[in-house]
Amino acid sequence: MTVAVFFGCAFIAFGPAFSLFVFTIARDPLRVIILIAGAFFWLLSLLLSSLVWFISIKASNSQDLRLQRDLLIFGVFFSVLLQEVFRFAYYRLLRKATEGLAAISDEDTSAISVRQMAYVAGLGFGIMSGAFSMINVLSDSLGPGTVGIFGDSQYYFITAALMTLALTLLHTFWGVLFFEGCEKSRWWVIAAVVSLHLLVAGLVMFPLDAAGELHITRASHYCFTFIHTARVI
Amino acid sequence: MRKMGYLISINCVKLLITALLYTCVCSSSVEQKIYVELNQTVPCVRLLNATHQIGCQSSMSGDTGVLHVLETESDLDWILSSGPHPPYMVILETAFFNRSVMMRMKNSSRVSGVAVIISKTGLAHDFSPHTTCPNQNTGVYSERYGSDLANCNVTVWNPLGNGLSYEDFPFPVFALKDENQTQVIRKCYEDHNQRVNGSAPQYPLCAMQLFSHMHAATDTVTCMRRTDLQNRFGINPEVLCDPLSDFNVWTSSRALNISSKGHAVNESVVIAATRLDGRSFFWEQAPAAEGTVSGIITLLAAVHALYPVTQEAPPPRNIFFTFFQGEAFDYIGSSKMVYDMEKNDFVIDLNNVHSMLEIGQVGLRSGRSLWMHSDPVSRKNDDVNAEVLEMMTRMRSAAAGLNVSVAHPSFTQALPPSSLQRFLRAGLIPGLVLADHQTSFNNRYYESMYDDAENLQVTYPPDLSPDEQLVYETDAAKSLAEVATLVARSLYLQAGGENSSLSNITADPKIVAQLLYSFVIQKNNSWLRSLLPPEVTKKGVNSLLSSGPPQFYIGLGPRVHGPVHSVTRFVQYILANLTGTVTNLTENQCQDPSELSSENKDLFSYFWVSGPVSVNSSSEPLCVRASVRLSEAVSPAFELLEYGSRDYSTWTESRWKSIRARIFLVASRELEMLTLGVGVAVLLLSLLATYFISSKAELLFSSAHDTPTTAY
Repeated sequence: MTVAVFFGCAFIAFGPAFSLFVFTIARDPLRVIILIAGAFFWLLSLLLSSLVWFISIKASNSQDLRLQRDLLIFGVFFSVLLQEVFRFAYYRLLRKATEGLAAISDEDTSAISVRQMAYVAGLGFGIMSGAFSMINVLSDSLGPGTVGIFGDSQYYFITAALMTLALTLLHTFWGVLFFEGCEKSRWWVIAAVVSLHLLVAGLVMFPLDAAGELHITRASHYCFTFIHTARVI
Repeated sequence: MRKMGYLISINCVKLLITALLYTCVCSSSVEQKIYVELNQTVPCVRLLNATHQIGCQSSMSGDTGVLHVLETESDLDWILSSGPHPPYMVILETAFFNRSVMMRMKNSSRVSGVAVIISKTGLAHDFSPHTTCPNQNTGVYSERYGSDLANCNVTVWNPLGNGLSYEDFPFPVFALKDENQTQVIRKCYEDHNQRVNGSAPQYPLCAMQLFSHMHAATDTVTCMRRTDLQNRFGINPEVLCDPLSDFNVWTSSRALNISSKGHAVNESVVIAATRLDGRSFFWEQAPAAEGTVSGIITLLAAVHALYPVTQEAPPPRNIFFTFFQGEAFDYIGSSKMVYDMEKNDFVIDLNNVHSMLEIGQVGLRSGRSLWMHSDPVSRKNDDVNAEVLEMMTRMRSAAAGLNVSVAHPSFTQALPPSSLQRFLRAGLIPGLVLADHQTSFNNRYYESMYDDAENLQVTYPPDLSPDEQLVYETDAAKSLAEVATLVARSLYLQAGGENSSLSNITADPKIVAQLLYSFVIQKNNSWLRSLLPPEVTKKGVNSLLSSGPPQFYIGLGPRVHGPVHSVTRFVQYILANLTGTVTNLTENQCQDPSELSSENKDLFSYFWVSGPVSVNSSSEPLCVRASVRLSEAVSPAFELLEYGSRDYSTWTESRWKSIRARIFLVASRELEMLTLGVGVAVLLLSLLATYFISSKAELLFSSAHDTPTTAY
């Protein structure tokens, strides 16, 4: 819409993540590293799932819209599962790292506990996921127009920003729960996290109003964007 | 870790391969939901001359405005004063595209742009955006020459002109020619912007954004100075404007040797001239049917009629046929030719010129007589007067046997705007301008987008296929053929030919019909395709033969636009076809016949053309030899680097980066501010909450691993 909407939506989507970063992570370089590595792991999971979906799209009949839609839903669910797999992989990586960190620190124990790592990793996942879902929308919100000429709701930008906010915080909480479940070998916790993630993704997939319809097309779009940005790399 | 690295590199390779195969470019899907791009855009661009800038300009990032359709007077009040959502983007119905409405909008700050619906419904009885006295400062009449006739004192040639083309608008003006696109815009307006019971419409409202930012400003002198500075000191020099330029087309009944310039010995030449260009308010739109095409067709048909007789029984004087480009913009083509003649840089010079006959607007005769206009000031000279009277006598005698009558205006009147005026500036040359109007133009749509086939009264019976229409002889074609016969016979007499050969000189109505169809209805037809070179007739983006009639705007010439302008090329190749001979040269020999002793590049040009389509729909290209030449039509002001010249044309066209238009919905200011407010609130709240929680973190999140620091 305009600069006002751009900043408003940016603040809504990234405000809490930014404040969490400033007050809890920025001071400690180790936490910053874990945050960025977590973001990178989320990126990797998205890369792989986008590749799978992309290949399935290209291999299928592009005229059959129903099939395309079904493939998209499959793609989203596959992406959720892959994100959780990568979260688990990151957990294993961090566990290995704890021993090394303990060896090089002044005290006997590691400078950072697993719980803190869980929180930071979750936040990393959340920030990257939020960035990916919101940056595209933010850049379009800078132009003079708003969504609606084809009948969609004009509150699209605000709902996208709020969704991003929710997703960022949810990823943080899921990170903590997941790592806790892995530590204590409580597999039902892990199952709960995964099913919650699937539920949230499903809520986006089956919209109750026009704004959600747009989210589906956007989700397919952000896989394309990912392929393109990766091309640049 | 190594395994991870290996996996990653495999993925990257896979991705690279897929990405290489995947070449489609997607735009953002959100963008596609917001904007509807309007692809058929016809802008109004900025033109500059020595002292002024005319045309339209948008701001660098486009001009946005809430749509409003102007259908009634109350709409105009709504836009200019009472509407609550300024600035407005006005959709102008055809009937309201006139001077008073446009000037009121120009002076208002509530209008951010105009899109004009171009259609025949609601079209006024007359509409000419040109000035009332075309080219008044660069003609021959001034304080020193015929001061009582200068500035259209005696006869206003274009009284219906409202001068809109020469106004400077601070907002973009686009034309909506495509009916489907106009319907999309109207639908958006009706869905969101209609007033319900007189109350203002609610947000979100339909809006349009027009981009037509022009790089040049003020006038040609300033623009050229800035370009020169950029070229000299800039790292990436950017040209800001380009002079209007193209080519004149000329040919002669006896071939002239172009390697010898200056005065041609023992050559006395009768010039037959007409103009090649037109213009309108919008860029590259100029159907110019009555204004230009009537003259072109008449002269082409006269050339065709004269050719066999001038080969059999050549008259003593040479007849020099020329088509001047750029006459709408202060006589670019004719001033350049006169300048070359004065500098001895042309095959002939002014001393070779015996007399001149110019064909003006001759299409709207409607069975009445044609008028011969002459210049009263030069006729004060006895020799010139005698020759002019002789010319008129010859013309009358040529008209005697035909269905056309010619007359001379009985009162002292200036010449209408014509290339003859530029020749008269250089010397006393006896000349006549042939036109269908005695005083002011018969053309009610002079230099506008509506000067098309309908204005020239070219109508075909229904249910004719395009090929049948191509050869159907309409009344307009027959009328022009008569005029062409008159012109051809007069020229033959003027060149000193015998009366006895006159009856053999007749214009062929079929050729006239084909020319008329090609120039005002459809240029992509079988006849014209057979005359043009094979690479032009191939389908493609650069094809000259898109659908519809050709547009006669001069454009920027080969430096900017690539090949020669389409109309110039058509006339060149048509002349080659009408006056040339087929040779049996191969393609390579045709491109460069200098090795062959039987061919003479100094006397003739060689054209490789497609040839007629034979029965099995394939065409055999062939080489045509004709004495048709192009001469540059750039204003002498740009050669002399006098950008502020008063004597020569100084018209330039600005450059631009992108011209496009799109429509979308805009939200209210309140919603935007609300979003910003909520965002700032969320940010502040989260900053506060996080600060408090993190500063009390030890209290809130104590764990068995952490050794509690002394809190007291």
